Amino acid sequence: MITYLKDVTTIAIDEAACIGCASCVEVCPRGVLAMSGRTAAVVDRDACIECGACAMNCPVGAATVEPGVGCASAILLGMIRGTAPQCGCDEGTTCCSS
Amino acid sequence: MHVRKTGARCRCGCTSRRPEEKWVVGLVNTPVGDVPQVSTHLTLRDTLGRWRVRWGISRDRYLVKPGLYAVGSPGPDDIVLVTANYKCSFDALRRELEGLDAWILVLDTKGINVWCAAGKGTFGTEELVGRIEASSLRNVVAHHTLILPQLGASGVAAHEVKSLTGFRVVYGPIRATELRRFLEAGLKADPSMRLVSFSLADRLAVTPVELVGALRHMPHAVAILALGTLLTPMTALAGFYALLTLTGTMLIGTVLIPVLLPWLPFRSFSLKGWLVGLLWAMLVAWLSGADVLGWIAALLLLPAIVAFFALNFTGATPVTSQTGVNREISLFARPMLIAAVIGIVSSVASLW
Repeated sequence: MITYLKDVTTIAIDEAACIGCASCVEVCPRGVLAMSGRTAAVVDRDACIECGACAMNCPVGAATVEPGVGCASAILLGMIRGTAPQCGCDEGTTCCSS
Repeated sequence: MHVRKTGARCRCGCTSRRPEEKWVVGLVNTPVGDVPQVSTHLTLRDTLGRWRVRWGISRDRYLVKPGLYAVGSPGPDDIVLVTANYKCSFDALRRELEGLDAWILVLDTKGINVWCAAGKGTFGTEELVGRIEASSLRNVVAHHTLILPQLGASGVAAHEVKSLTGFRVVYGPIRATELRRFLEAGLKADPSMRLVSFSLADRLAVTPVELVGALRHMPHAVAILALGTLLTPMTALAGFYALLTLTGTMLIGTVLIPVLLPWLPFRSFSLKGWLVGLLWAMLVAWLSGADVLGWIAALLLLPAIVAFFALNFTGATPVTSQTGVNREISLFARPMLIAAVIGIVSSVASLW
């Protein structure tokens, strides 16, 4: 699998807050998280795509990430319009094809 | 629950409502009314529709009406599968359900696929909770389990759905093709079902949209080159070669880069594209017997264009993060733009 940039992602697990439910591990589509003893841990930071599934499904807020789209045209469009990144899917550009 | 065919005459003697969609094959009677029963076979029309949207044609209108649907003759104890109202998502799900009795709850994602919609929040907790209520699901099924595609998890908080509705969210496999194995294993996913893939086939499936997007800019290139032949000493033949070069550059950026992606050096997409663009520029300059200005133009402009296409492809992949793409843009966007501008100036200067 293609690995993207090194050491940039914002994924973090607060091990003190983690209750060990493993929800974050289950929903991660990139194998970024795994159980380490009784808590979840980040095991492959560079694979993280910041989709936000872990944080969304953590019942205690122990998994955190700045979720985003990882889409250059969305980010550039946001920059041009002075807004947050806007996925152009509605207008039928690059993403959302499958 | 009894199933009847649509189009048949009902007891009152009137002709029952014709199905609005070809894939609705009947109606399933439930305590909350008739639920459309859908086919598990994709017709030629469904397949053509998928190809059409893959090529970027009217993709924003390829949708299914949100709500509850039935596959087979489901009863109160049968499973509930949740999906998006993008027709491709809905088709990918129903084609895997041959011979099963199941309910499908279609969320209103404005015709966007599960993952993108989850990112936007339309495949989300609020929509799911609202759709459970609107479809009176708890009067249709006796259990409290919903099976969601795993990629919906970026929009849905399972614990909130549980506390708001009493329904337990179980995340199924990422790919509908693995759903049957997941069901047979008693709602257990293998680790492999939980990981996104980006195989050559996956990459090829998203290239047509990139290509079509780039083709939309070709008329501009043709117009500028035509103007060039009128206003500068550029011959029509040279203009034609320039157009050929740009077309090749576009194909490299939108097709070759996605195909070669895993094997190209560098982690950043811009650099992957720039490197391939550099090789292409050398080939073009050498074949055309360019002078010094021509070489400078080719080496600065063409790699920058391919780098831009490669950067743009980040949005079609499941491997990039927003922080990472931001980093790429802040590092490379300005140098690439400057290189492109100097390249264009050189190519114009080389005409005299």
